[in-house]
Amino acid sequence: MSMTRRSFLRGTVAGTAVTVGLPFLDYFLNDSGTALANGAPIPVRFGTWFWGLGHTPGRGVAMDGTPDITFLEETQPLVPYKNDLTYFNAFNTPLDGKPSAVHFTGWVAAKTGNVPRTFGDTPEPTIDVIVADQIGGDTRFRSLDLSSTGNPRDSYTFRNSTSRNAADISPLAFYQRVFGAGFVDPNQADFTPAPSVMVRSSVLSAVHEESKDFMRKLGTADRARMDEYFTSIRQLEHQLALQMEKPEVSEACGIPVPPPEEEELGIEIEVAQRNHKLLTDILVMALACNQTRVFNMLYSQALSLLRRRGESFTHHTLTHEEPIDASLGYQREVAELHVTSMEALATFIQAFKDIREGDGTLLDNTLIFANSDTGNSRIHSVDDIPVMLIGSGGGRIKNGLHIAGNGDPITRIGLTALQVMGIPVERWGTGSLETTKTISDVLV
Amino acid sequence: MIKTVTKIVSGLALALVAFGLSACGEDEPLTQGNDPQLRRLTEQQYRNTVRDVFGGNISIAGRFDPLERIDGLLAVGASSATITPAALERYEALGRSIALQVVNERNRKVLVPCTPASEAGRDDSCAAEFVTSTGRFLFRRPLTDAEQTLYVSISGDAADTLGDFYQGLAYGLTGMLVSPKFLYITETSEPDPDSDGLHRLDAYSKASRISFLLWNTTPDAMLLDAAASGDLHTEDGLEQQFERMISSPRAEDGLAAFFEDMLEFERFEILEKDPVIYPTFVLDVADDAREQTIRTLTYLLLDEGGDYRDIFTTRKTFMSGALGPVYRVPVINPVGWVPYEFPDSSPWAGIHTHLSFQALFSHPGKSSPTLRGQAVREHLLCQKIPEPPGDVDFSDFNDDSNPILRTARQRLDVHNEEPSCAGCHKLMDPIGLAMETFDGAGQIRTMENGMVIDTSGELDGVAYEDSIGLGAALRENPSAPACFANRMFAYGTGHTPTPAERQWMGYLEGKFAEAGYRVPVLLREMVLSDAFYRVTPPDLTQSTADANDTFAEETKS
Repeated sequence: MSMTRRSFLRGTVAGTAVTVGLPFLDYFLNDSGTALANGAPIPVRFGTWFWGLGHTPGRGVAMDGTPDITFLEETQPLVPYKNDLTYFNAFNTPLDGKPSAVHFTGWVAAKTGNVPRTFGDTPEPTIDVIVADQIGGDTRFRSLDLSSTGNPRDSYTFRNSTSRNAADISPLAFYQRVFGAGFVDPNQADFTPAPSVMVRSSVLSAVHEESKDFMRKLGTADRARMDEYFTSIRQLEHQLALQMEKPEVSEACGIPVPPPEEEELGIEIEVAQRNHKLLTDILVMALACNQTRVFNMLYSQALSLLRRRGESFTHHTLTHEEPIDASLGYQREVAELHVTSMEALATFIQAFKDIREGDGTLLDNTLIFANSDTGNSRIHSVDDIPVMLIGSGGGRIKNGLHIAGNGDPITRIGLTALQVMGIPVERWGTGSLETTKTISDVLV
Repeated sequence: MIKTVTKIVSGLALALVAFGLSACGEDEPLTQGNDPQLRRLTEQQYRNTVRDVFGGNISIAGRFDPLERIDGLLAVGASSATITPAALERYEALGRSIALQVVNERNRKVLVPCTPASEAGRDDSCAAEFVTSTGRFLFRRPLTDAEQTLYVSISGDAADTLGDFYQGLAYGLTGMLVSPKFLYITETSEPDPDSDGLHRLDAYSKASRISFLLWNTTPDAMLLDAAASGDLHTEDGLEQQFERMISSPRAEDGLAAFFEDMLEFERFEILEKDPVIYPTFVLDVADDAREQTIRTLTYLLLDEGGDYRDIFTTRKTFMSGALGPVYRVPVINPVGWVPYEFPDSSPWAGIHTHLSFQALFSHPGKSSPTLRGQAVREHLLCQKIPEPPGDVDFSDFNDDSNPILRTARQRLDVHNEEPSCAGCHKLMDPIGLAMETFDGAGQIRTMENGMVIDTSGELDGVAYEDSIGLGAALRENPSAPACFANRMFAYGTGHTPTPAERQWMGYLEGKFAEAGYRVPVLLREMVLSDAFYRVTPPDLTQSTADANDTFAEETKS
């Protein structure tokens, strides 16, 4: 008896035990390599990557008036990835008379389109949350949020001022969260949903239903917080529902090697870079295995506390305390540390390129919004913040360009990314940051 | 532990008798109160509750989402904290882990109050017994009939599916542990029959406020009984509960939790010192430094019934094997803690000289007069320092090789010639410079780059020569006890005192002063007051419509 691919998949829909007789092969993709054989397109993922303290002015990319990127001293690690990213600078953050909350205003404006009134004021959601609301509902995790700094508070993703997503910081714990109990290998031959998963789902449904009455006793602000709780419980119910179904096979998925049991977390650069790599390796496979479609990686804080072993100063304190080298005309140690941030970004990009998916790589099916918080690391200015869009977002965006903003609001980049991700939004930002203009040069 | 119940009771009795205090509140100013709070349990409150309900053998292995610090306290941040999808995922995993331990073969004999008719399926009667007795402590009030039915039903259905009564019970318990009614301390208001037009917390909400303030855990059976009987709404009943609880060793947990929050000690979880620059600052030292300060505070303020202001001058502390070498103090017993008193000639007096404070408010490889000064201003005096401008140029400060600017003081002086910097640094630096004889890991030094460190300065007009003198100046600074009283009220209620509560706070500060700044007396004034439980009714004007919309939306999804 011949058995077609489609019949395999139909056999799994009911969520009962089935056996898939053949491994996933390339012929399960369509001819163009952009969709699975069942017609489902390879999903496009969205994520952010953040580094603190930007660049030294004049040492990021050349402002030569051409659309080509000319990487200067501090971005040299990105040279091999020239055709994988588009680099934006000379976009501004008008403050509309509000004070600049140092190490806060810059990244909040770039990620939310809103200038905060003060520290901690984040009424608008970050760009990843907007995207996750659109595409994050069909996977086990709405988003995966990571930080290589060893501090779960170092996470620049939130729905509003009181709803912040804490970061996973331990590679081992992150591995267990994604690939431990609850992970269903999409390529395994046999699938039998665990009865306990159904029970857990029932428990959540019952608690969810019963807790609704709780809302009636609360004031307006607390009801909003409970709405967040209900969103969370629905997401968890959804995660469990997915575990009761045979997942779509995924060519690119493979269970990664667990990270070492002994781990060291912290802000020494070598430690942070090691954890950044370990977290990244798990993240890319989580994406390839369709565990999530949205992610955030924070490499260093806006007020970067990373430092070299044996050095008194952190990256941030050096920006204030290192004298400008008279012969060089800039802060030498700060500039060297800026390069290490770009080395980490290069590692991140390479990990996406190393995953083969369809006719291309995971990076081809991903859009990464990478940004910093300052345009001039020494004075912490919020204008000219460097931003990159990395990956082609499923072929929807051009790479290899340098776009200088001529002082336009930085929100034009975020709006472009949102529209690339299919978010039905015509304008983004508040006050002078509000914009309806995308950057058409990068759109396919 | 370092003290006995007897010692605590005697300390409290001393305080109360010495200041002739009886029932509180006769001349208490009226307040309108604030909204009832919905406070997310802190990690320690969660852990304490599980420990108290199920015993110390239950492992609580999981990470908790951090709270935001608002107006100086995580306890205030808890009143606006949400539960994100990732956080709920962690709560569910943790809840399951706890529940499965509770019903394992060893623990069920103690923790499940009945034996099922059959272990192979449901027994609603036995499940009801467990759910009722356990739920009372988890929800901090008796379960409603509907709640009891729900969790018995979950337990029974799961037992049927899994063919195991205890497994089913574990899922019923998991349900309670992921319910917002457990994860949030929920306060309910009711009209106050003794004050026309005003509202107060209902008795169970009152019990929670008292219990989390004094013990940082869920109310125990006696407190819930007092709430159920109405005793908690009587002066005598309230006083009886307060005296019982403040005299318990658990009051130490409560006060420790407060100071952990007030002093920002959660930063210890991410504290790093460079091992090349500070090779002696290892993990054991950091952990013990944190505990040393907490032990010092609870001993002084509870055991001895001491004056709060003495936290800035006390030489009495505790020493461990790990701390001895760092303080250069011989410790005969390397295991555990021993009482210790720093000699009068030593540079250590007051918690601001402790290793914990010095190390926490420094850079990983360098001391920081500015961070230390800021911490004293913000945490101990409740004075907010404005954020710095973005273009701070500290390059002169950093230039250690400058043959003229050899000490931090000299370098800061140059930095402060910039008017935009000088305003705030004048508030912080004189305080921090007094502590410059402690390096970034709290080790003693007298010289910097070959120059004797000058630790002199002044605090709000009071001159001093060194950190000991700074402590004396802090002790006499009226902002210090006022700050403590305000933080304690905010900590207990979950909100920063509102302008309408200022009069009452003035009253509380006055009572604190009259009592010689005895902390148990301050707590007593709060717990026995009306203001501590005064709340406004929640704004329910849109409640029904909004809630119905929410339900409709959820039904669709």
